[in-house]
Amino acid sequence: MARKDRMSGNEAVSYAIRQINPDVMPAFPITPSTEIPQMVSTYIANGQMDTEFIPVESEHSSMSATIGAEAAGARSLTATSSAGLALMWEELLLAASNRMPCALALVNRTLSGPLNINCDHSDGMGARDTGWIQIYAENNQEAYDNFIQAYPIAEDPRVHLPIMICQDGFITSHAVENIELLEDKEVKEFVGEYHPEEFLLNPGKPIAVGPYAVSNYVMEARRNQLEALERSKEVILEVADKFRQLSGRGFGLFEEYKTEDADYIMVIIGSAAGTAKEAVDQLREKGKKVGVLKLRVFRPFPAEEIANAIRHAKAVAIMDRTESYNTHGGPLGSEIEAGLYRAKATVMAVNYIYGLGGRDFTVDHAASVFAELESAVENETEVKQYQYIGLRE
Amino acid sequence: MRTDVSNLNEQTPHQNLTEGLMYFGAGSTKQFNTGEWRTNTPVFLADKCKQCLLCAPVCPDSSIPVVNAKRLDFDYEHCKGCGICVEVCPFDAIVMKEGK
Amino acid sequence: MSKDLEIRWHGRGGQGAKTAALLLADVAFSTGAHVQGFPEYGPERMGAPITAYNRISRKPIRVHSNIYDPDLVMVVDETLLESVNVTAGLKPDGAIVINTPKSVEEVRPLLQGYEGNVYTIDARKISVDALGKYFPNSPMLAAAVAVSGVMDQKDFIEQMRGSYKHKFAKKPEVIDGNMRALTLTLDAIAPALSGKKPLCAE
Repeated sequence: MARKDRMSGNEAVSYAIRQINPDVMPAFPITPSTEIPQMVSTYIANGQMDTEFIPVESEHSSMSATIGAEAAGARSLTATSSAGLALMWEELLLAASNRMPCALALVNRTLSGPLNINCDHSDGMGARDTGWIQIYAENNQEAYDNFIQAYPIAEDPRVHLPIMICQDGFITSHAVENIELLEDKEVKEFVGEYHPEEFLLNPGKPIAVGPYAVSNYVMEARRNQLEALERSKEVILEVADKFRQLSGRGFGLFEEYKTEDADYIMVIIGSAAGTAKEAVDQLREKGKKVGVLKLRVFRPFPAEEIANAIRHAKAVAIMDRTESYNTHGGPLGSEIEAGLYRAKATVMAVNYIYGLGGRDFTVDHAASVFAELESAVENETEVKQYQYIGLRE
Repeated sequence: MRTDVSNLNEQTPHQNLTEGLMYFGAGSTKQFNTGEWRTNTPVFLADKCKQCLLCAPVCPDSSIPVVNAKRLDFDYEHCKGCGICVEVCPFDAIVMKEGK
Repeated sequence: MSKDLEIRWHGRGGQGAKTAALLLADVAFSTGAHVQGFPEYGPERMGAPITAYNRISRKPIRVHSNIYDPDLVMVVDETLLESVNVTAGLKPDGAIVINTPKSVEEVRPLLQGYEGNVYTIDARKISVDALGKYFPNSPMLAAAVAVSGVMDQKDFIEQMRGSYKHKFAKKPEVIDGNMRALTLTLDAIAPALSGKKPLCAE
C-alpha cells in the first residue's frame, strides 16, 4: 500500500536508502547533498537500519571505500555533489571498469568557478564519460522511484555497472513536496538481497579485482564495458516495467509530454521539465502544438530513440543546464544533434544553455523558447543555433 | 562467469575475457619466473644459519621455503633480490652478491 | 481552499522564514492539498536577507521556479522593507503581512505604492509574551494561515500540536509557548480580517 507523505528530495532519497538498507555507505558531506549521509546516519543511530556507515576524509576516499566494499561483496553506495564528484573522478572510472554495481546519489550542483552552491548539471555532465549509468529526476518522487530501481538495474548480470541517481540541488533536494512512498516490505522485495557471484571475501574462491592490463587487453576490456552499458538499456526498461506494476508509476528512457503531434519540442532534463510542461499546457490552450521530451536516462544515451521521437517536429529546442566548453554546444545539444545526423533526420535544432549556477528557469522562459522556434520556422528567419537564456547583454 | 583463466591469452576475443578483467584463482605468480627481474642476489650460508627463521616471514615474495621448521635455500625463480632478509639476519648467514 | 496559492517569504538568515515556509507546507499537506515549500539559497549567513516560497494547490505542482507574482507576501523582518522590494509582483488582490509593532498606515508608505491588503502583526511582542523569547516564525505561520485561509483555523491548531510534538521532541517545554503564540496571533489578526474573503477562496 502506497503511503502519501510530503518531504524534500534529500529526505526522499534517504528514505529510499533506509528501505533498501544497503551494506556499506562511506560518505563525506558537501552542500547540497549533505543531508543524505546526515539522515542515513541518523536512521542508523536510531536502529532503523543496519548499514555500515564509514565517515571518510574526502570524496576520493568515499568512492574508493565504496568500490572496496562492493568488491568485497557488500552492496554499497555514497552521496555527493559538485566538487565532491570531481574529486571522485579517478575512482568513478575504476568503479565502472571494475564492473562494480554500486550506487551514487548525486545532488546536482555547479562546479567552480565562480564558486557557487546552486544547481546546474556541470557535475553530473562532467562525469558523463566515466562509464556510469546516469538517471535524472524531475522531482522528489522521481528521485525516490529512481533510487529504488538503482540496484536492480546495476546488479543485473547483463549489466554489472555503477549507477548514478541524480536530482537538482536545492530545487528538488531542499523543496518539500508531496510524495507517495512504498512500504518497506515492498521495497525490500523489489530490490532483493544482494548475492554477488564473485567477490573478494569469498573463502576458497579467490579472485583479483582491477589487475594491470597490457595493451593487448585494454581495448577488449573497454569494448566489454561498453556492451554492458548498451545492454543496460533493456534492463532499465524491464526494471521500470516491474516498478510500474508495483507502484503504478511508469518510466521509460525519456518521457514524451504532448510531443506526438507537436511542431515544436523542447528536450530537457531535471526539475525544469515540470516548468516546461506547464508552459506546454498554457500554450496548448492557445492552440500551439508544443511538447516536451524529458530525458530520464542520459547514460546510456538513447540517441536513436530520441531522434525518432523528435524527427517529425518543425523545430526542437535542446536545453542544457551546463556549459561544455567545446565552443559549439552543451553536452545534450551535441549528442542529440549527432544522433539526428546519424538517423538522417534534418529537423532544425537550437541548443539553449539555461539555469547555470542556480539561475531560475521560469514558465515564461520556456514559452519564449517555443515562441522563438515558431517565429523562426514561420518567418523562415535564422536563429542563433547555440545561445544562452536570460543572459545580460 | 568463473572461467579457467589459464586458457585466456593475448589472442582471446573480447567476448571471452572476464568481466572487468577479473582474475580467478590465487597465487598465480608461482607460474611466472619473476626471479629473472633480479639484479642482486642473496646467498644462503647454511653453516652460519642458526634456523632462527627471522628471514622467512619478512620476504615479500615468499621466496624462503620453510620445511619441517627449517629454512631451505632461496627460491630463485621468485626472489627479486630486495635484500631485506640480509638486513634481518642476526648471524650474517645471508650475503648479497652482485648480479644474478 | 479552492484557488491555487503562491506565497513568498522574506526574512533574514536565522529567523526561521524557511522553517515557517516548510511548516506551512506541512500543515497544508494535512488538508490533502498538493504543496511545495522551498528556500532560495545564497551564501548561508546569519542576518542576510533570504527568500522562501510556498505553492499550495488542489492539483499536482510541476513548476520548479521561484515565485514572481505571489498572492501573499510574508515579511518576517521589517528592516527588509528598506532594502528589498517586498511587494514586487504581488497581486493587487493579494496581501502582505509584515512583522512590526507599527500600524498599517505607518508601513504602507514603505510599500512602493502597493494598494492591496496590508496586515501587520507584532510577532516580537507575541513571541516574547508567549515564549519569553523572540522567535517570529510561529506567529508568522499563524498569520499566513489566517490571511490565506488555506485551512480551517481549528484544524491548523490541532495539526500544529502534532508537528511541534514531533519537532520539539527533545525540548517539550517550548511546545505550550509556541501553541500560545499561534492562538495569540490568530486572535490579534482576526479584527483586521473580519469581513474579508480569504485569499484562496474563489
